[in-house]
Amino acid sequence: MSAAVEQQRADAAPAPSPAPGPLPPARTGRVTALFTVLAVTLGVLAVVSAGSGQLHVPASEVLGALARGVGLDLGPEPAHPHGYTALWTVRFPRVVMAVLVGAALAAAGAVMQGVFGNPLAEPGVVGVSSGAAVAAAATIALGLTAFGPWTTAAAAFVGGLVATFVVYAMARAGGRTEVVTLVLTGVAVNAVCGAGLALFTFLGDTQAREEIVFWQLGSLNGTRWVYVAIVAPLVVLGLVGAIVLARRLDLLALGERPARHLGVDVERLRVVAVVLVAMLTAAAVAFCGIISFVGLVVPHLVRMAVGPGHRVLVPASALGGAVLLLAADLVARTVVPYAELPIGMLTALVGGPFFLWLVYRTRRQAGGWA
Amino acid sequence: MNPLLTVRGAGVRIGDATLLDGVDVAVRTGEVLVVVGPNGAGKSTLLSVLAGDRAPDAGTVTWQGEPLAAVRPGELARRRAVLLQENRVAFPFRVVDVVRMGRAPWEGSSSADRDDAVVAAALAAADVTHLAARRFPTLSGGEKARVSLARVLAQEARLLLLDEPTAALDVKHQTRVLAQARRHADAGGAAVVVLHDLPLAAAWADRVVVLHRGAVVADGAPADVLTSALLTDVYDHTVDVLTHPVTGALLVLPRHGSHERQEVAS
Repeated sequence: MSAAVEQQRADAAPAPSPAPGPLPPARTGRVTALFTVLAVTLGVLAVVSAGSGQLHVPASEVLGALARGVGLDLGPEPAHPHGYTALWTVRFPRVVMAVLVGAALAAAGAVMQGVFGNPLAEPGVVGVSSGAAVAAAATIALGLTAFGPWTTAAAAFVGGLVATFVVYAMARAGGRTEVVTLVLTGVAVNAVCGAGLALFTFLGDTQAREEIVFWQLGSLNGTRWVYVAIVAPLVVLGLVGAIVLARRLDLLALGERPARHLGVDVERLRVVAVVLVAMLTAAAVAFCGIISFVGLVVPHLVRMAVGPGHRVLVPASALGGAVLLLAADLVARTVVPYAELPIGMLTALVGGPFFLWLVYRTRRQAGGWA
Repeated sequence: MNPLLTVRGAGVRIGDATLLDGVDVAVRTGEVLVVVGPNGAGKSTLLSVLAGDRAPDAGTVTWQGEPLAAVRPGELARRRAVLLQENRVAFPFRVVDVVRMGRAPWEGSSSADRDDAVVAAALAAADVTHLAARRFPTLSGGEKARVSLARVLAQEARLLLLDEPTAALDVKHQTRVLAQARRHADAGGAAVVVLHDLPLAAAWADRVVVLHRGAVVADGAPADVLTSALLTDVYDHTVDVLTHPVTGALLVLPRHGSHERQEVAS
């Protein structure tokens, strides 16, 4: 190296980097507040929901029945003669199911958005839910029972998995998903699955038809402990998996190549994430039908509150989804006396306009369609 | 000195197109290696081969004798960091969180204890400390490029691979980026920098590789490689190479003369 070049560099080189400043603080306060508020809301809603309905049970008696059920002699017993039985055979499984399904749908949405790098990805919108529903409807219409009570759940899982892989393969180009492509792929997948559902509705007998129609509307009506026992392990496994993937999903936000440059095995991450999304969606869909938009609305609100980091987003979305679905179910079965609204209708009623607003906002931002 | 990373006879083809053909490049410790060449010469393809993103169809890539393809992604991330031309972040992460992502390869290791210090130093080195609390999508193009550089620096990899890191930057920050690459090499690392800016290449490179139509047409010290004859031929445009009257440094000046103006006029 010549002396002249050395000299030129010495002239051109700026002063050494300024001393590192303090880093902006992590938002632990906001995160703690969010988790606290969500957990308290969930607890209160669960007690209120269990006590509400045609047979009203005060909160203290709900807690008393809960304690007695697990072998503790605490609090007042339900005053109504059938109170205890009603709570334990009808209300409690339903509350637990709402919590599980809400958590599963919201977490599936958060993971799906992470892996697609797109805030509009959601199992219902892109057709994963209807993929799971059509496979489950097939087992109902054709009377398949190969795996006993697990049959419907297993079929929903396979259907959801196929739909997710189809959407993933079709909607991605160059490691990114354009919003337009994603939504249009969803339209196509939903159309095909709609046709499938129609076919099985046509093929099935009267009872099967009724069951399939109830699926498309989505409802937690008639939840039994045996269903909860099937859904719970899937949801727990899916949530644990999603939380384990969280850090890698953050890196994926940089794009596939930069994620790989940071040591992420992108191919494996994708496959695992897609399987998790299908598993969580199938768990939600298997007994409760298509409940859309939970996975869209909840992660978005959580991101606005505490930022997009998946290590907080995934568990907070799960908690928020549980709260949302519990509240929606409470409204669905109490707003009209002696009648029950389909919960899927309610979530779509709120979620549809929210989706529109999100599309509008995304489009307004620079480069928003990417 | 033993090279850190060696590419021998690398060929990359996509369909009928030959992107690289028989390329030999050695990246040595302590060296800033600048890759120049016209559009479509294969610079970014060469960088992706060096990064291990793309295995060449022919030839070998080895890291101190070990085939690069055999290095696991996590280990590779501790050895080399890559800055791409385009840097986007899918969700509104804060700048500090984006830079912190650069620490991912060290998660669970003893180096993770230094995360905060390394992130703070990387933010300062890229001159983005004042942006640390901003959200990435709200930044300008040049600011995004600098934040991405900070993320790459926070990775503390031995080899830096920078693809046109100065393209979106003002003069001050262009100089800073290359000074950073220089410092990294002097500290026992190595840097490969793809540049379009020939004067910058002349000023900062220890060694220059000139790519043309997927092949290496020159490889050596800037003064030996960056000659008027070679550059004029490769770029199909007259390029003058002069000596600075005061510093004696190499001045590479693409001619914006009467010839081009006449072409525009005619």
